[in-house]
Amino acid sequence: MDFDLTEEQRMFRQTVREFAKTEIAPHVEELDRAGEFPYEIQEKMADLGIFGLPFPEEYGGTGADLVTYALSVEEISRVSASLGITISAHTSLGALLVYLNGTEEQKQEWLVPMAQGKMLGAFGLTEPEAGSDAGATKTTAALDGDEWVINGTKCFITNSGTRISKMVTITAVTGDRAGKKEISNIIVPHGTPGFTVSPPYRKMGWHISDTHELSFNDCRVPADNLLGDRGAGLKTFLKVLDCGRIGVAALSVGLAQACLDEAVKYAKQRQQFGQPIGKFEAISFRCADMLVEVELARLMTLKAAWLYDREEPYSKEASMAKLFASETAMRAASAAVQIHGGYGYIEDYPVCRYFRDAKILEIGEGTSEVQRLILARNLGL
Amino acid sequence: MNVVVCVKQVPDTSDPDTEVHIDSSGRDVERSKFSFVINDADNYAVEEAILLKEKHGGEVTVVNIGPETANQVIRMALAKGGDKAIRLEDEKFEFSDAVCTARLLASAIKDIEYDIVMTGCIATDDGYTATGVALGQVLGLPHAAYVKSVEVVEEGKLKVGRELEGGIMEMLEIQTPCVLTIQTGINEPRYASFKGIRAASKKEIKLMDLAATGLSEDEAGEAGSKSVMVQYSVPEVGELAEMLEGDAAETSGKLAGILKEKGLV
Repeated sequence: MDFDLTEEQRMFRQTVREFAKTEIAPHVEELDRAGEFPYEIQEKMADLGIFGLPFPEEYGGTGADLVTYALSVEEISRVSASLGITISAHTSLGALLVYLNGTEEQKQEWLVPMAQGKMLGAFGLTEPEAGSDAGATKTTAALDGDEWVINGTKCFITNSGTRISKMVTITAVTGDRAGKKEISNIIVPHGTPGFTVSPPYRKMGWHISDTHELSFNDCRVPADNLLGDRGAGLKTFLKVLDCGRIGVAALSVGLAQACLDEAVKYAKQRQQFGQPIGKFEAISFRCADMLVEVELARLMTLKAAWLYDREEPYSKEASMAKLFASETAMRAASAAVQIHGGYGYIEDYPVCRYFRDAKILEIGEGTSEVQRLILARNLGL
Repeated sequence: MNVVVCVKQVPDTSDPDTEVHIDSSGRDVERSKFSFVINDADNYAVEEAILLKEKHGGEVTVVNIGPETANQVIRMALAKGGDKAIRLEDEKFEFSDAVCTARLLASAIKDIEYDIVMTGCIATDDGYTATGVALGQVLGLPHAAYVKSVEVVEEGKLKVGRELEGGIMEMLEIQTPCVLTIQTGINEPRYASFKGIRAASKKEIKLMDLAATGLSEDEAGEAGSKSVMVQYSVPEVGELAEMLEGDAAETSGKLAGILKEKGLV
């Protein structure tokens, strides 16, 4: 058993940490207030290879392993959870889907620019009436000659409306098979007539992450835009969701670490009753608990990534990591705000943003309830 | 254009909240509390060396005196574009002063073909600003300190800008080989690419101990130093100083009171 990172993993983590501290942190509050997608920072991250980490160099990727990817998402999320989800949704939902299921042509057309960070990956699964119950998809795609005609609505789609969002892969019902819905994945390029991107949502947090509702109204794309086998949609996206959970777990660890950092800093500074509040056990014990939970969440996340790299089953571990890390982030954010008292409730202190950014972690990429369902089934219950 | 660049690993004190504690020996700080990074000015020196190499060809050799953990600083310089590296380590090197440190560096550098030797102009831990200048003396080379720009004029000649007080730049021509101590802000240090990091792990770091330097025991470490660091201490609060306690609102009120009382406002 070896808990040590490789020199390569350590060095890249250090590089990303320095990058995040120097290039992102100074701008993050202002960006969050403006709520605009940070194209300049995105470009710099792309130059660093962050948008193509787990993909081979022949497809424009960086050629790193998933552990390196998880470490990078953690470091970026430590300064901006919004950018963490931008990377995570792009990599594990957008690009990985094409990498695992695309034809060579599809990979050249879509994966290469995505891995280079010139295009953002997006995946449209959730619908107004199909969230946790992903099988309830209502969006349809009917084959008409050599074209799919798509009708329906997708909601909460990350990375779907920036000027470097060029396509979204959606799930759609493409027919019936033995009385069961046949669900497939289809690539829809931006600019296709009938494909409309709604204005961005006004979200509680993740203010510089780009999220939209997408609607398809007799939207026609070539039959070749089918991604993977017809009818294999559910199986295909469940696989990328597993990997996406590692991304969200890493994001959660980064955010939780940021909460701990700020809480400890404030506990040392803030004087009440003649001493720093960190000298009171009510505060210091809470910080100690956070430290333990963050480390646990990190270990679980890295273990799931490590299993992925070894090509061993990792679905259960990814689920456990996502569940524990996201709930850790929420608890850590709540504790950090509590430790800051009234100052934690105003935007002058970063913990206020951390708190707003944390809640969605328990919801996106499988709610905590869905994770528990998966894990309970895994126990045979 | 072959460049040798000397790098030092220092405690990361960039966070203003970093607490520095003296250890029980009184001659070192508690190192377990820090993460370690490349000295800030050395980071700019590495970048300048790589920029010169990219423009004029040649090789960059990274030289360090430090323990095995300093490899991370060396590897990062290699990942950014350095070609070779030498690390000097021997317990007999401990407590070397600036001149002695320069002597050790020179012993490693003398067998390399080079046009320029670069160091950072100041170390963030001890702040001596002397090692690079001493290195020029030990190697018998011309030197320029606080260099803010480097330009190759012709074979064997550089034009360098030195930053002086009040923002004045002193431009001077200097013959190579020479020693330059590099000022921060001369360039924008790059981030290592993942590819560079992967390549760096395959590059060799040559190790040199005292025997390999060809120096004798009384030329290295404390024995070879004419100034010896005796002890670190935290200055005591002077009698004339009054430390105001409390938060900003409280202390500003007290300060106003004192200034008024002394008739200073």
